[in-house]
Amino acid sequence: MQLKTFPKGGVHPPEYKLTADKPLKILPVPKQLVIPIQQQLGRPGEILVKKKDKVKVGQLIVKATGFVSANIHSPVSGTVTKIDKVIDASGYKVDAIVIKVDDEQVWEENIDRSEDIKRDITLTSEQIIKKVEEMGIVGLGGATFPSHVKLSIPPGKKCELLIINGVECEPFLTSDHRLMLEKTEQILIGTKILMKALKVDKAVIGIEANKPDAIEKMLKFTENYPEISVQPLKVKYPQGGEKQLIKAITGREVPSGGLPIDVGVVVHNVGTTYAVYEAVQKNKPLFERVVTITGPSVKQPGNYIAKIGTPISALIEAAGGLPEDTAKIIAGGPMMGKALKNTDVPITKGTSGILILPRSMAYRREVQPCIRCARCVNACPQGLEPYLLMSVAQKQIWDIAEQHNVMDCIECGSCSYICPSSRPLLDYIRFGKRTVGAIIRERKQKSKK
Amino acid sequence: MNIILWSVLTLVIIGLISAIVLYFLAEKFKVEEDPRIDEVEEVLPNANCGGCGFPGCRNFAEACVRADSLDNLFCPVGGNEVMKKVAEILGKTVVEQAPKVAVVRCQGSPKYRPRTTEYDGPASCAVEAALYSGHTDCQYGCLGHGDCVAACEFDAMYMDPETMLPVVIEDKCTACGACVEACPKDIIELRSINKKSRRIYVACISMDKGATTRKACEVGCIGCSACYKACEFDAITMYDRNLAYIDPDKCRLCRACVPVCPTNSIIEINFPPRKVRIKKTTSNTAAKAKIKDEKLQAEVKVKDSLLNKPADNPPSDDINLKQSAKKQQDNNSSNS
Amino acid sequence: MENKLVISNSPHIQTPLTVKRIMLDVIIALSPAAIFSIYLFGLGAFIIITVSIISSVFFEWLLTKYFLKKPSTISDLSAVVTGLLLAMNVPSNLPIWMLLVGTFVAIGIGKISFGGLGQNIFNPAIMARVFMLISFPVAMTSWPIPLKDRMHYIDVHTGATPLGIIKEGVKNGETISHLMHQIPSNSQLFYGIMGGSLGEMAAILLILGGIYLLIRKVITWHIPVSILVTVALFTGILWLINPDKYANPLFHLLTGGLMLGSIFMATDYVTSPMTPKGQIIFGVSIGLLTVLIRVWGAYPEGVSFAILIMNAFVPLINRYTRPKVFGTNKKINKNG
Repeated sequence: MQLKTFPKGGVHPPEYKLTADKPLKILPVPKQLVIPIQQQLGRPGEILVKKKDKVKVGQLIVKATGFVSANIHSPVSGTVTKIDKVIDASGYKVDAIVIKVDDEQVWEENIDRSEDIKRDITLTSEQIIKKVEEMGIVGLGGATFPSHVKLSIPPGKKCELLIINGVECEPFLTSDHRLMLEKTEQILIGTKILMKALKVDKAVIGIEANKPDAIEKMLKFTENYPEISVQPLKVKYPQGGEKQLIKAITGREVPSGGLPIDVGVVVHNVGTTYAVYEAVQKNKPLFERVVTITGPSVKQPGNYIAKIGTPISALIEAAGGLPEDTAKIIAGGPMMGKALKNTDVPITKGTSGILILPRSMAYRREVQPCIRCARCVNACPQGLEPYLLMSVAQKQIWDIAEQHNVMDCIECGSCSYICPSSRPLLDYIRFGKRTVGAIIRERKQKSKK
Repeated sequence: MNIILWSVLTLVIIGLISAIVLYFLAEKFKVEEDPRIDEVEEVLPNANCGGCGFPGCRNFAEACVRADSLDNLFCPVGGNEVMKKVAEILGKTVVEQAPKVAVVRCQGSPKYRPRTTEYDGPASCAVEAALYSGHTDCQYGCLGHGDCVAACEFDAMYMDPETMLPVVIEDKCTACGACVEACPKDIIELRSINKKSRRIYVACISMDKGATTRKACEVGCIGCSACYKACEFDAITMYDRNLAYIDPDKCRLCRACVPVCPTNSIIEINFPPRKVRIKKTTSNTAAKAKIKDEKLQAEVKVKDSLLNKPADNPPSDDINLKQSAKKQQDNNSSNS
Repeated sequence: MENKLVISNSPHIQTPLTVKRIMLDVIIALSPAAIFSIYLFGLGAFIIITVSIISSVFFEWLLTKYFLKKPSTISDLSAVVTGLLLAMNVPSNLPIWMLLVGTFVAIGIGKISFGGLGQNIFNPAIMARVFMLISFPVAMTSWPIPLKDRMHYIDVHTGATPLGIIKEGVKNGETISHLMHQIPSNSQLFYGIMGGSLGEMAAILLILGGIYLLIRKVITWHIPVSILVTVALFTGILWLINPDKYANPLFHLLTGGLMLGSIFMATDYVTSPMTPKGQIIFGVSIGLLTVLIRVWGAYPEGVSFAILIMNAFVPLINRYTRPKVFGTNKKINKNG
């Protein structure tokens, strides 16, 4: 089949898919879970439990506040020991519910714990969206956008195509790959559920060509699901970015400042789709996910199904312990992940992988002056000029930054990756985005008054 | 001979014609401006620092001339002297404002606040703060890259290489506010100072609970309210029971709060060393303390914004930091 | 774990490509032509190349350390490239002191005075060549005859370049076909047996170097191809109109510094446009200017001047050839 790709920009970092052939394993639950109350974009939820409360597996412990928010359910049965603060990936203190895990696990009644595959979709599309919201499903690709918001098409817009993002373009990460290999049919049923919710009759699953076994398996299974097609994609980072994925598959460009629904497309990650299957068919809320633990010096890298709230130290133990020469622990992939401050940070709904880098790979090279080679301009998938945006952000000239579309940056990191002078392009562009974003918000508020 | 004569004559005529043309053009295109703007501009410091809120001293001069009253116009660099002169020129009155100085409200040097991670990136506080809370366990503390020092146009700040904290040179500081703007953590505050340049402030803006603050930094404010109870002038406010703040207008510089602070978080600047005196609680002070405690329960001020921007006047570092830290150490050793 | 974790912004991996690697590739691409020129011109070429490279590196070290007061940048090999390119632009019997003046101008004025690597507007090697051409016109236009006097340095037999022969001849009213007898055959031109500077020889070796750079992705095809195609087209049209007055396109492509200029000098990152569209505009303009100067200008060779003139237009070209932003219909033009 012809490989499609997005025309502008992109880089080719080495793939390092060390865990591509490691099957999914269940991570043993530690004695205590620390569950942050905000694991999604939007407003944090309201805490429903207090100290000394007993909870069951799948019980609602944080209730969404407002539309762009999400429920959180307990992954274990146990006792709430305290509502404490824990540091998140940025180092800021956030509220979290600490649960001491019981030896005996008691589940909520209406969850179907059987392993067999349920193919019939009995809910209506409105019921599906409600169920997705109820079960706390958020985008598991890393953005953690509440899925029911994506499924609720605003009036005046129409969805024509559903794209399932099985690209996983980040080096090192393989959680989506393993899901596609081991839960193939469930993902396809999940796709059908989403198609019903969106009222579309076509879906495309995009998979990068470095996962030939997943493509083959998906092609085989989609013979029974003719509305779903598989599109292999050329290996190029950031193919998994939703705008680039839409461009590659449909040729349409999401307008600057707009959303995919503006071009009639909705994109969902493969992991989210699997969670939707479990939620709608098995009534199981989202409280665990696949996390890849990997790194060049990790003794036993692998892909684990971990409960949210598990501290990363438990995952590292399962992978053979922290290697001697560890210098960086990254939540996510090496291109867009966040370096963590310590190993007590808990796994959240957005943690797709933990990458451990040794000291030899942890430091940046010395920064040299810009030689105007334009590699960053050629690499930017959004058509921006990173060298200019960095220069402007350094001098804090915000109106020029805004004019030069700094808000269109998807923060993929291609520019910083490719720069021969090792310039911290993305650092400054991020700084520019935060500042210009605040200026724009202030301006909108002032104009409202 | 002829040639010389002709050349000189030609040049003289060209010169004359140009002069006449230029004169008429200058008259025709003359911009009418109030001459007082020039006069006011003369007395301004002409540093063009923007501390007054206007882009340049000339714009400030214009604003002064056009405004009805000088109430909202103040040049922090020139201070009251210059504003008096401006008022004289314009025949208006001006209210004297208390002189201010920039104060750095963090004492978290590597000695007191260990660096728990290593930061590898551009040495800019704004860039690090855009993504991370910092490379220590205190998310409110100074990052130490010196954006404030770079922002200062009067060379009144420098980075102490040992403590990795900014230091304000009070003689040069004009309280223009550039450093306050530059700091992404809002650590620097402009506080009014009295004649002897004395000030007392809480050198911490951490809104974390006491135990958390203590774990991250030895000299952070743990919100124990000891200073609040000790203050007889109601100058201290407790924010969310996690942070103390001294109101510079109410503070009488009595120094009662400084020795009672268990973490030496309160700094006094430019005071003579105090006589050693162990404070005993008399029945009177115990009763006062009890009343204050009850007041405290009722008066808890919770400000959401304080999580990132605690009060307008966070405490600050100072050139006398070492001096005051030493004083606190002396006080500590004499009190224990 | 005793060592601290490192935190930094993403991305956490980097391409293995460095500035040094790019410069090394350029040096490798130039080596065949340089070695061949030593074969053709002998001792002189060897002296010129080594002195040029060593003095460029020395001047960069000296000026960066004592003038700019920044850490030394000679390890990124950009000074070596400038030295080598300058050497390829001068005749092999140039006295050493003139060469030293040239490298000083190239590094000191062409690079350091603008602020160092990445800040210059004009190509340093070309700037130095033009400077020397205007300051030392005789020394810079006496071209040693290849394969003769190879063990000598200064005292060699000199002759005119093919372009020089054409220029003089046409001025004197001779026809091209008559002049062509004095000029080496096309194959000799291709293999570089003609009078000229070190870099004007061996079109074939320069093209090989260019292909190497294309494969290594150091340069893109846009600039060299647009220059060469424009020159070929323009001279082709002229030759078709009047073959007696204008030489044929192949002659123009193989002589002078066109190959060296289009592949190695015009493609210099710092002084060329940032987008492919801009690069094509740049290349076409250089081609046009080169032919204009060669045919109607006072100098027989126009590539250097053409590149310098277009270097000045690069910021303008950059402003008007911005890439298209994803998801928009227009590019940012006049506002940017």
